[in-house]
Amino acid sequence: MKYTVGIDLGSTTTKAVVLDEDGRALGRGITNSRSNYDVACQVALSEALINSRFALVSGELGAAGLAQAERALWVAELERGFRAEQYRSQLRELASTLQRLLRRLLTRPPALAACVERILARMDEEVPALYAAGARRRSDFFRDLAGSRYLALAEQEARANGLGFDLLAGLFDKAILEVENSTVAAGRFEDHARVAVAGMAQPEPRLAAAVDRVADVELEQAGSVGTGYGRQRLPFPEGQIRSEILCHGLGAHALFPGTRTVLDIGGQDTKAIQVDERGIVTSFQMNDRCAAGCGRYLGYIADEMSLGLHELGPLACASKSPVRINSTCTVFAGAELRERLSLGEKREDILAGLHRAIILRAMSLLARSGGVHDQFTFTGGVAKNPAAVGALRRLLAENYGALAVNISEDSIYTGALGAALFALRDAQRVAS
Amino acid sequence: MSSAARPAPPEAQKDQSQLRQKQMIARHFDRLAAAPETGEKCAYTFVPGNLSELLLSFGVLPVLPEINSLQSAMRGKSAEYISIAEKQGHSEDVCTYVKSDIGMLLSGNIGPTGQRLPNPDLLLLSYTGCFTFMKWFELLREEYHCPVAMLHVPYQADGHVTPAMRQYVVEQLRRKVIPMLEQLTGRAYDEERLRECLKLSAQAEDDLVWVLHSARSVPSPIDSYFGAVYYLGPIFSSFRGTPDAVAYYRELRAEIADRVRLGKGPVTPDGEMGRERFRVVVEGPPNWTSFRQFWKMFSDEGAVAVASTYAKVGGVYDLGFRHDPDHPLETLADYCLGCYTNLSLPTRIDLLVRYLRDYQADGFLINSVKSCNSFSAGQLHILREVESRSGRPGGFIESDLVDPRYFSAANIKNRLESYFQMLEQKRPEGRA
Repeated sequence: MKYTVGIDLGSTTTKAVVLDEDGRALGRGITNSRSNYDVACQVALSEALINSRFALVSGELGAAGLAQAERALWVAELERGFRAEQYRSQLRELASTLQRLLRRLLTRPPALAACVERILARMDEEVPALYAAGARRRSDFFRDLAGSRYLALAEQEARANGLGFDLLAGLFDKAILEVENSTVAAGRFEDHARVAVAGMAQPEPRLAAAVDRVADVELEQAGSVGTGYGRQRLPFPEGQIRSEILCHGLGAHALFPGTRTVLDIGGQDTKAIQVDERGIVTSFQMNDRCAAGCGRYLGYIADEMSLGLHELGPLACASKSPVRINSTCTVFAGAELRERLSLGEKREDILAGLHRAIILRAMSLLARSGGVHDQFTFTGGVAKNPAAVGALRRLLAENYGALAVNISEDSIYTGALGAALFALRDAQRVAS
Repeated sequence: MSSAARPAPPEAQKDQSQLRQKQMIARHFDRLAAAPETGEKCAYTFVPGNLSELLLSFGVLPVLPEINSLQSAMRGKSAEYISIAEKQGHSEDVCTYVKSDIGMLLSGNIGPTGQRLPNPDLLLLSYTGCFTFMKWFELLREEYHCPVAMLHVPYQADGHVTPAMRQYVVEQLRRKVIPMLEQLTGRAYDEERLRECLKLSAQAEDDLVWVLHSARSVPSPIDSYFGAVYYLGPIFSSFRGTPDAVAYYRELRAEIADRVRLGKGPVTPDGEMGRERFRVVVEGPPNWTSFRQFWKMFSDEGAVAVASTYAKVGGVYDLGFRHDPDHPLETLADYCLGCYTNLSLPTRIDLLVRYLRDYQADGFLINSVKSCNSFSAGQLHILREVESRSGRPGGFIESDLVDPRYFSAANIKNRLESYFQMLEQKRPEGRA
């Protein structure tokens, strides 16, 4: 089966979207690997291809007569089992990497190896709970999931055995780089999916056959386009590289065909884009000389408050009385944040003010790009943040009146989707 | 990589006319360096509205601080000079031409050829449309304790020059500027000599305009933004009204005529440019600290600037103005009144729309520089108006004149690539 792929190499994450020959999105992959762009590209693509196979399994089940709701349940269970098995596989890789690093240490406290072993054993024991039905995971990235548990357990072990926590943490920091970038550790669809089916108490009889058939499907790449800040580093020829402005424009148009204005808040830049009725960019503006007010700003604030990035938005939404944050500089905003905290302001009120400050900068950019036209589509990682979305909706209504505001569940993949559509067009042009 | 290990960029390719210009400049700076011994008088003055012929008729040597600042940037010295000026108390927001010049002055006033520049005998503030010019010379007056001749040139707010405006400038020349030059040099005003210089100016201007108009050919044999900087050197600075300038422009015209005949594109510092893919009009001054890199961002994409407004800051000759030896003071007045930076926003918009049409351009780009409010104020308005009147897409990039801190290469490259891809996408089907 032929597919085309778009890969968006951002400053924070790398995303891939796989399309089938008819332009339907089959799978999406994302990695927060920052090692190098080639590896990030491979990891995201590999994830997107695995994800595509789940879509194919769903199609097989549909062809076998299962209703949509039933299919969704079985595919979700299959995926949960798959992810658990994939996590175990990565834990095994983490264990062997840690052991190798331990052997290389010049001075090795006697209790160290056993401590590491106990931590990994505990993490392995926790896998079923981590992937149980209804369980909430703080992140989809192995680095985050394994890291938070490893470090918490390492703290206990260090205290109990009189070891330095830094030593245990340092080992993890070195090991994780290799593990998160290993597509071997992430494993193959057929291996983990078959284990997942075998582990089900009462599997749907047609599921195993569907997995087998999908495992046999050969996915052949018919075209690829890269975009994002790292696009020049992609292992693609120049003709297969597109600006992320064009990709976000086309991606937003594909998700919401009525789109005329797109706002994308990425890790290090904010883009205000105007598109025509075909998704072709007519004008755009980007932040200049300074990245204040971009996604990284929120990352910095999350670090300052010792919170996870995904926790910021919900906390800010609890605000009853947002404070006014004046600083447009990320570092100064951090200083203002500390000052406000010391004055006894509530965290949620400060966070609400910070989110508004980001959106105010975006509003200025939108105005400079030619204003906001109906329909408006918000893309990029920050579109998943409810406080940012809330502030944006309010400011849009105040400044431009009532208009349709589109936000896709998959907003973070918009650039990769646009790239994949360009790849599909190129492939179709070559074929014809 | 250490700077010591970094390979030097390949030597820039130069035409015969460029070599001639280099020799002309070297001779001029030799004269300037020797002025304290030879007793030749020198006046510092600005490019817009420079009265080269008048100075020449008195035997006064011109020094152009703006040109020195941009040369300092091209030689990689401006960062150091700006930092020296900031230490003296000039804020970060002051025009960086001014700070680079002040820093150069405080570092021994070593000019672009490595020779010491003479102190001014006169500061000829021959154009006041830019208020920074006035402040700049106030600062220099404090340093040099020399007289200032100030020529106030009325702004063309209504888009045309009235007889009263012309008369106002002529009267200032007659009553203020000429008497000061007479006093400085001990010579009487020699109108015949001035007429001779003006005659030579008009000859050089004819050839310059032919060269600028050559960009109407497809492919364009010249780059009218980056390449034009070299072509404008003699006429914008110290050579207008000299036989040297006439010889230079005759040679340049012959070289460009050859290129037109052979169907060749422009020569860039990295050699002959490849296929012309985009024809653009550019508004705003270039960035000088990364001039070659900035140019390469265009030439790598096959983009040629076929017309630019920056090439008109020292005179909008292509609209028909020529120095007229029959009306020497009136023609100097008209010249000063007609400089690009003295034109109103509607006139600038008209000019850009005209360039887009006459030069068959695909679109236009605005480089908005932080340092220059005279240039940058209103540029977004220009962008919208020109887009709407011409139907051609505009792009917006931001940098600075000579402060390297405000040239973000990745950001600018990203915007340029996005812009060129947008042009490509908007082309009618079938056009390469």
